Amino acid sequence: MPSLPDMATPDAAARAQEQAAGQTARPEDTAPEMRAALFEGLLRLGDNTLILGHRVSEWCGHAPVLEEDIALANTALDMIGQTQLWLGLAGEVEGQGRSADDLAYLRDVWDMRNLLLVERPNGDFGATLMRQFLFDAWHLPMLKALMRSSDQRIADIAEKASKEVSYHLERSTDLVVRLGDGTRESHARMQAALDDIWPYTGEMFIGDGHDAHLAEAGIMPTPESLRTEWDAYVDAVLREATLKRPEGDFAHKGGRQGTHTEHLGFILAEMQWLQRAYPGAKW
Amino acid sequence: MYAQMVKSTGQGVTPREEMTPEEQAFQDRIDADEKIEPKDWMPEGYRKTLIRQISQHAHSEIVGQLPEGNWITRAPTLERKAILLAKVQDEAGHGLYLYCAAETLGISRDQMYEQLHSGKAKYSSIFNYPTLTWADMGAVGWLVDGAAIMNQVPLQRTSFGPYSRAMIRICKEESFHQRQGYDIMMKMAFGTEAQKRMAQDALNRFWYPSLMMFGPSDKDSVHSAQSMAWKIKINTNDELRQKFVDQTVPQAEYLGLTIPDPDLKWNEESGHYDFTQPDWNEFFEVLKGNGPCNKERLGARVMAWEEGAWFREGLSAHAEKAAARRAAVAAE
Ligand SMILES: [Fe+2]
Ligand SMILES: [Fe+2]
Ligand SMILES: [Fe+2]
Repeated sequence: MPSLPDMATPDAAARAQEQAAGQTARPEDTAPEMRAALFEGLLRLGDNTLILGHRVSEWCGHAPVLEEDIALANTALDMIGQTQLWLGLAGEVEGQGRSADDLAYLRDVWDMRNLLLVERPNGDFGATLMRQFLFDAWHLPMLKALMRSSDQRIADIAEKASKEVSYHLERSTDLVVRLGDGTRESHARMQAALDDIWPYTGEMFIGDGHDAHLAEAGIMPTPESLRTEWDAYVDAVLREATLKRPEGDFAHKGGRQGTHTEHLGFILAEMQWLQRAYPGAKW
Repeated sequence: MYAQMVKSTGQGVTPREEMTPEEQAFQDRIDADEKIEPKDWMPEGYRKTLIRQISQHAHSEIVGQLPEGNWITRAPTLERKAILLAKVQDEAGHGLYLYCAAETLGISRDQMYEQLHSGKAKYSSIFNYPTLTWADMGAVGWLVDGAAIMNQVPLQRTSFGPYSRAMIRICKEESFHQRQGYDIMMKMAFGTEAQKRMAQDALNRFWYPSLMMFGPSDKDSVHSAQSMAWKIKINTNDELRQKFVDQTVPQAEYLGLTIPDPDLKWNEESGHYDFTQPDWNEFFEVLKGNGPCNKERLGARVMAWEEGAWFREGLSAHAEKAAARRAAVAAE
């Protein structure tokens, strides 16, 4: 398993320092393929939070208890805030003058780079929680790794986001445990949710050429490098929740490269409708 | 208002000489602007009226999530989406404080839900109107939160301590909501032709329902007289409605929008605007369940509750298991 580039080497450390001081070229100015890779990497981060934030926000006012209405709105709000930062930086890196809003509202399905996992329909509240848990368990280590990014802009966003996401993970973990080890019905629903969503988790750990570029430059970790920690954490929580980890390791994939499920088109149709129907209006 | 037409004892204010010594002492404390706390003695009518009023207000906050929640997934920018999410989250939070305040009077949140779901308890009529365009997010913040503030600012001084403290917290957030709503209205009213049309249309649809929020005239109502003596109602509905109109007209003028009332005009003599009353028949129909969205709103709440039963049961079962395990460990 490839590991994170060693950030302690004098080279990487020096580069990070220089960048913090604004002395070296930004990674996107070094080579066209680096700009492309960085843009992709940032879209992947921002699109995950955009689409999952959208899904979670669909619950507003419909949750099983008032405390959950509040918590879900709060989670969605955090994710939309993170989206603004990631897509804002993506636009800056791209250098074509596109804002975070342009990227969120004016790209079509094939240009979206989120994991298939986050566009899955909400299902019952258990399915929503399970999806959130499996995502959070990946998201936090991802952000922790990004906090050590050689690109200070990324490290700063990751630092801010990681505070929010460690709370998301704490909450989703707690609920998965309680519902898994709750009544017979809650157990059955959580197990069904897990079985259903499981084939969409593998995509989190499958890298491509862009990921390799970014990892070489110490900007982002390879997806593969996050697997061990995720496995260990998820296994421990599922055990406590008395849930059975599904056997297969088949992974649906394609989202990170722009090949999505049928669901994303409907999400975008809804989300982007005003921007599309009234081009150029200020809101 | 969020609490419209709350019935009290129905008997009017008891004359002082007919009060028991306890009731007299209680009224003296209220007259001296002392706060009544949950453990203090209080007349049954005071307790019942407050439960009705606070729970109605709480229900309004949570049903009020729905018309705005309706637009979160369609908000036109990330910033607007974030602001709207935060607002809807605040409303749920208001519901929570208010349910907690009502619980101090000896009713459980589940009982209050039961009353809401069965139709026994009401919520504000305003939330039975649909939100049809993005401008409605502006109009709701500007007019609906604006009308709510009108009523809630005086309630910060209400005699029941937990209610008063909840109101103080809530009012801060409501005035924030109102400013955000007005900000949306400005963007729309000063935007493209289509946006202007949406803004005017939103004002047309929300104007009279907002006036209804204060409830019908209650200057002759025995319920209101008793509630005012107990300081759980501070102003009459007409006073608050007038204040709202006087405040809102210049704001609409600034936006270049027309209030849908041809008879609206400044009255030099009274120093207030004269305006047309809303259609009170429509109001009573909405309260009876015949508003445009009554079925959807209540249906959504009932469905959330029923479909969430397994979730709540799962959590309590886990809590019991965990307690049993702790007890077993302690016994070893
Ligand atoms: Fe509120
Ligand atoms: Fe409100
Ligand atoms: Fe509000």
